[in-house]
Amino acid sequence: MSVALLKADELICERDDRILFTGLSFELFSGDVLQLEGPNGAGKTTLLRILSGLFSTFEGGVSWKGQNVRQYYSEFQQDLLFIGHKSSVKTTLTPLENLRFLMGLQQSVIEDELWQALEQVGLAGYEHVLCRNLSAGQKRRVALARLYLSKAKLWVLDEIFTAIDKKGVAQLEAFLVEKAQSGVAIVLTTHHELAMPGVKVLRLGQGVNEQ
Amino acid sequence: MNNKGNSEQGLFSVLGVVLKREFLSAYRSRQELANPLVFFIIVIVLFPLGVSPEPDFLSKAAAGLVWVAALLATMLSLDRLFQSDYDDGSLEQLVLCAQPLYLIVLVKSLIHWSLTGLPLVLLSPFLAIMLHLEVQHIPVLMLTLLMGTPVISLIGGIGAALTVSLRSGGILISLLVLPLTIPVLIFGTGTVQSSIDGLSVAGHFSIMGMMLALALTLSPFAIAAALKISVSD
Repeated sequence: MSVALLKADELICERDDRILFTGLSFELFSGDVLQLEGPNGAGKTTLLRILSGLFSTFEGGVSWKGQNVRQYYSEFQQDLLFIGHKSSVKTTLTPLENLRFLMGLQQSVIEDELWQALEQVGLAGYEHVLCRNLSAGQKRRVALARLYLSKAKLWVLDEIFTAIDKKGVAQLEAFLVEKAQSGVAIVLTTHHELAMPGVKVLRLGQGVNEQ
Repeated sequence: MNNKGNSEQGLFSVLGVVLKREFLSAYRSRQELANPLVFFIIVIVLFPLGVSPEPDFLSKAAAGLVWVAALLATMLSLDRLFQSDYDDGSLEQLVLCAQPLYLIVLVKSLIHWSLTGLPLVLLSPFLAIMLHLEVQHIPVLMLTLLMGTPVISLIGGIGAALTVSLRSGGILISLLVLPLTIPVLIFGTGTVQSSIDGLSVAGHFSIMGMMLALALTLSPFAIAAALKISVSD
């Protein structure tokens, strides 16, 4: 393996007088899939937000391709795809318009590819329905369509399987494996049992961390 | 980055994407856009009924009345500025965008102004006529509103960005922001008053122009910083 893509160095985070984790270090290489595990409130989402640069009250360092993320922020952001707990889907827009906006923030979009991505997540025929009228799972699928278009090299995915049906989860897992093999590094949280080979697990909780 | 300009999205494309989405989602919830406008009209229409319909009195009060109503109407619409983006999580995506947040929020604030402040400016001559403001002063009133309402939107944007993560931010925005908008109100009405008194208005307009320039250049910094704090909660 070459140099680590993402490196977390001695992370310490405290929220509401509780220490979520101390001395947390790990490395993520191209093609790795890292699953964060732990009970509710263990700090999984907080760690994902630290890694993506949304949460900044922590000690320690995060580096991307050997460079500190805080100093090379815009280069890092160009390489990052973050799908949060909130799916970023606006209910007053259609899936197509949402996807065009969300992708357009990061990379140039080709109209045909947007349609294809929506078809791949099972939203063919819903392109022009307002997201207000879609089910929770369908809304989540609009956000997931970004995965099929993204050229980012680091994916940070928070609870992306929420509200997705079994078939959809299986399809998504297969897709994540395929993407990891092509070199994307993935960090994710989920309470699903992942049926993916070669997933690294990082357990959080009670201030004790083991890798 | 070796593939710059290839797959990466340039600044103007990002701003274009934001612009398009803002107008589109505003169009989809256009009944909300009418609220500040209706409020503006109602306040001004009720005033002669409640206080005095005397033309002498109204023509004196007209400038201040239109200005106060415009200030409150703009304030009323401010809590919407970032709220829905915060609720659905797209604010996180805007913060994570590689392009400067400063320019993205500037575009967002100006769109907000063009949908709330600008209609008030366009409506003001009709209400001024109703309040017996002499016709030669109406362009002065409109110009002060044209320069003043963007300042209110931009300063208000700071309050909106600070309070977006709070459940009941609405009243807090007004408390935070109203004191800061008082200079705009004073010089806005003062300009029209000078015009009525037959004095030169150039000095007043210079000061209003300065406030607009300061608000345009500085407040996006504050809004961007406040949004980053709100998002990191």
